[in-house]
Amino acid sequence: MNRSKTNVAVGAFVALGMAAIVFMALKVGNLVSFDSGAGYRLEARFDNIGGLKVRAPVKSAGVVVGRIESITLDKQTYEAVAELRIRPEYQFSADTIAAILTSGLLGEQYLSLDAGGDSRYLSDGERIVKTQSAMVLEKLIGQFLYNKASESSGEKK
Amino acid sequence: MLDFLEGLGAATLRVLDRLGLAALFFWSVLRRALGPFQRPHLLVQQVYFAGVRSLAIILVSGLFVGMVLAVQGYEVLQRFGSAESLGSLVALSLVRELGPVVAALLFAGRAGSAVTAEIGLMRATEQLAAMDMMAIDPISRVIAPRFMAAVLSLPLLAVIFSSAGVIGAYLIGVELIGIDSGAFWSQMSASVDFRMDVLNGLFKALVFGVAVGLIAVFEGFHAAPTAEGVANATTRTVVIASLSVLALDFILTVLMFRGLT
Repeated sequence: MNRSKTNVAVGAFVALGMAAIVFMALKVGNLVSFDSGAGYRLEARFDNIGGLKVRAPVKSAGVVVGRIESITLDKQTYEAVAELRIRPEYQFSADTIAAILTSGLLGEQYLSLDAGGDSRYLSDGERIVKTQSAMVLEKLIGQFLYNKASESSGEKK
Repeated sequence: MLDFLEGLGAATLRVLDRLGLAALFFWSVLRRALGPFQRPHLLVQQVYFAGVRSLAIILVSGLFVGMVLAVQGYEVLQRFGSAESLGSLVALSLVRELGPVVAALLFAGRAGSAVTAEIGLMRATEQLAAMDMMAIDPISRVIAPRFMAAVLSLPLLAVIFSSAGVIGAYLIGVELIGIDSGAFWSQMSASVDFRMDVLNGLFKALVFGVAVGLIAVFEGFHAAPTAEGVANATTRTVVIASLSVLALDFILTVLMFRGLT
């Protein structure tokens, strides 16, 4: 095989490799859907974050509007502090409720933002005051059993 | 008893001798590793032999691995009612592990063995000695281009393998089984991160390329100059390269993905 044909074949090979990387970046990975650098930061405090993880999506009405950037524990109050990064095109009112929900029965946990009616918008670095912690299955079951027990003891009387 | 000790000692010394030889050889190759870029036609030719000629086997096996993952993954996932996660299951296993590892194993079998046999035969027919006589450094003329070709080709082959696998999984999962195509792609892109998964996978493939390339040229360069020596060297390349790829993969995975989930 002469040299120019080899060059063409190698060129095609490299181009195919590059195309595969672009395919990975655009279609398989989420490179374009969100760059971690852009957007503004909000803070939300929870009694219990359950299984929420760093990089979990922040959704509003099911639409991904940002990601969890960091999760730390406040040393004084023992609350979990989640830092969210919200895309700049989305604004949320000051009385927005942040809740930790699960997608599907066994899916991953995400942070849901329900916008309120306040006319003031949250800006960079502010805190979402109204939060709802993750549901802990053991606590739910405990509560259920407790209710059942008190119901049945009430029936006896 | 004395015989046993003597045998053990001799074997240990042989292994240490070989390791020392390998380390010195690796250093001399690495020092000349950038040389092939000054003579690109040598490099292009080797990328053609190592990379382009491996494309068919990489594409076909990638497609089949993706299809098998889709069938098996669907079988398990649908028990939990989350068949839509098939996309992320297939993509993550391909991009993080199977793409780099299987591509490297195939590459060691197809290209690594060929490189060892070629260089071993050059040594057996004293072509390397002839080059030395003509004041041509066989390491920068013969070894370095083959080594760099492996380093450059393997990451590309790995990502092509992963892409073919994803397409194979798409064909089985969406076209045949009937998972919703929107859910397939969106679940996939929600769970695969470009930096953490795709770039780490590429880095893995680069490390495997260095390992397979070095082992292939070393075994060829230091093969016994007989027909049997070349045969042994070729076998050793495939065995040692495959084992080091698997061991390196474990080490890299622990370093990269520990504490991620």
